[in-house]
Amino acid sequence: MKKVLVLSTAIAGLAAGSASAQSVTVLSWGGSYEKSQVEAYNKPFTEATGISVNMEAADNPATPIKAQVEANNVSIDVADVEKSDAIRLCDEGLLEPLDPDTDLAAAPDGTPASDDFIDGSFTDCGVANIVWSTVMSYNTDKVDGDPTTIADFFDTTKYPGKRGLRKSAKGTLEFALMGAGVPASDVYKELGTQEGVDKAFAELDKIKGDVVWWDAGAQPPQLLADGEVVMSTAYNGRIFNAKVAEDQPFKIVWDGQLLDFDFFVIPKGAPHLKEAKEYLKFATGTKPLADQAKWISYGPARKSSAPMVGLYEDGKTEMGPEMPTAPDNMTNALVNDSEFWADHDTELSERFNAWLSS
Amino acid sequence: MSDATTPLTTADGKPLKAALAASMMRAKRRAFLLVAPLFLFVLVTFVVPIGQMLFQSVHNDGFSSTAPALKEWFSEHPLGTPYDESAYAALASDLKLMRENRTQGQAGTRINYDVAGTRSLFTSTARKINRMEAPWKEALLAENEDWADPNLWRAMRSASNPYTIDFYLAALDHTRDKDNNIVPVDEGRAIYGKLFLRTAILSIVITVLCMLLAFPIAHLLATLPLAKSNLLMIFVLLPFWTSLLVRTTSWMVLLQQQGVLNDVLVWLGILNNDGRLEMMYNKTGTIIAMTHILLPFMVLPLYSVMRTIPPSYVRAARSLGATSWTAFRKIYLPQTLPGIGAGALLVFILSVGYYITPALVGGADGQLISNMIAFHMQKSLNWSLAAALASLLLGGVIILYWLYDRLVGIDNMKLG
Repeated sequence: MKKVLVLSTAIAGLAAGSASAQSVTVLSWGGSYEKSQVEAYNKPFTEATGISVNMEAADNPATPIKAQVEANNVSIDVADVEKSDAIRLCDEGLLEPLDPDTDLAAAPDGTPASDDFIDGSFTDCGVANIVWSTVMSYNTDKVDGDPTTIADFFDTTKYPGKRGLRKSAKGTLEFALMGAGVPASDVYKELGTQEGVDKAFAELDKIKGDVVWWDAGAQPPQLLADGEVVMSTAYNGRIFNAKVAEDQPFKIVWDGQLLDFDFFVIPKGAPHLKEAKEYLKFATGTKPLADQAKWISYGPARKSSAPMVGLYEDGKTEMGPEMPTAPDNMTNALVNDSEFWADHDTELSERFNAWLSS
Repeated sequence: MSDATTPLTTADGKPLKAALAASMMRAKRRAFLLVAPLFLFVLVTFVVPIGQMLFQSVHNDGFSSTAPALKEWFSEHPLGTPYDESAYAALASDLKLMRENRTQGQAGTRINYDVAGTRSLFTSTARKINRMEAPWKEALLAENEDWADPNLWRAMRSASNPYTIDFYLAALDHTRDKDNNIVPVDEGRAIYGKLFLRTAILSIVITVLCMLLAFPIAHLLATLPLAKSNLLMIFVLLPFWTSLLVRTTSWMVLLQQQGVLNDVLVWLGILNNDGRLEMMYNKTGTIIAMTHILLPFMVLPLYSVMRTIPPSYVRAARSLGATSWTAFRKIYLPQTLPGIGAGALLVFILSVGYYITPALVGGADGQLISNMIAFHMQKSLNWSLAAALASLLLGGVIILYWLYDRLVGIDNMKLG
């Protein structure tokens, strides 16, 4: 009976698909992140609505949006982008505006969406789905002792060995300032001044000869596993996966973590606007966001999702403490300031690149 | 006997000349129709995008199209006019318009290319503009005193014209001061000139290395019996068919400090464990990986040229008393020049634009100009600057090609 039902749903879905094009195209980042979205959002969404979901992957889903909207040839309905890109694309008028209270689902207890997301989860055209973090992590086999603060990252006499850092001004300069003892709350204030920038580069100078620079998120776990570096900044999800799925002896130091949001946005002129909004409403619901943690260690942006976060897909790892948003991990955490970077990215990147090659 | 004044005609009475021209025309049209698909393809995929890129490098209407009132004010008031209430009123009316059309970010982004930190000035002021009232100068300065910055006004003035050479200035590490004079940027921010130079030097080194390595291989390939040379050829082509990323990452596995090569050297006792060589994440890594990846582009043209050189020439030289070195230098080498030229040009042009390998193995000092172009295309989204950098690179390559044509002659090139 069940088989017949599945078959008939499939046929109905197929028929609907050909008749009214009931599908949405979602552009995301690929890899285990995409898998978590397929499992937690897409499958239940298709089951609930009959709308099929095409998942596509890009190095940075924000890049094709600009090109597609400007060429008036939009094929994406929903895209998963970094917050800074969500703000910029919205400012440039390339996205559909969104209203949290009408376009998003309320929490199960009736709290409206605008109160249920953590601070900074909305822009005029986007809504956060998950919180991810860049953290300092190290290989416990290669480090003597127990580094606990971000300052230890910049101390090669106490903890000798190579360091991995992302080859970009964004992120790296914040870590440098926190390493120099600036509390998370003052980082962007200092970075806005010439002295602050000098201070960050002075801190980086201390370890310049010991740094292996990485570009892609897959690199730091690899560098740590090979022993090429003993400590590295990395995306917390990647370190978690290496730790749990591959049994690597890695440890995360949450002090000085750099939090960031991923946003769902709808490009202007999306071919299936109605379905796209439906998808967005469903995917940012309390349960799908909580379910996603079963597949990847990124925190839900919804407060009502947090208590529902359970076990990892292996059925034994408790995901709560692995979330960047867990209270114990938030004692000295910095939220990436997208406005700051929109203003200063070019200038600081030029200085950073000049410093790198000098 | 034909009369010289009456023109020749065909059987049906048409003048022969016209009939011939018409039939030639038909043949020409047919030939054109045959190449038309290729012509269209080249036009659509090559000429148009490159034209667009060149255009973007001198044209950016991010500000001029969103700030009409200021544009008008600037055209009526030459540089040096004090920025009085009328200027601020124009600014305020544009900010209102930006708020309405949601273009404040676009305008701010354009000005921010020039004066860092001004993007948020536009977005935050536009958010509040509807609550402000005249006199505008006072109101805007009370909101944020950065609005009085003469450099900001200079940037707005130059951005109010969509056509600009400022992106080329930026690509050459120059900018304008508040009086519109062209000045070099701070030493700490000058980066592109250095990267252009490094790209050229690394590309030359890679080309020379490829040449030195490919020459003996190609010679061996060309002179061995067919069965053996086919086998060797597969060794040359196999890596060529393998994915670029796979080859790059295999070099990372081999050369990194905890990698295979260092492990073997330590195990043999040639290095001690603390003295492991750094062959990856620096210039050395970039050169090794790129030389390997680009080697087939040198081997193949060389091989195809060498195969056509009759061995009897060198034998004749030897029999006339030349030493083997003289015979090589005077007889063999000059005949391989077309292959060397073609290979060198191919390898050099490819390595000038190389992007993914330096990004992965280049570390801090192995970055090339293409990495900066990619940065501006993908991260900062300053496409005009990316276009200016790419145009300069294209210009450099074209000059090089022209030089090559003058010195060696493009007819002497043999690609295989």
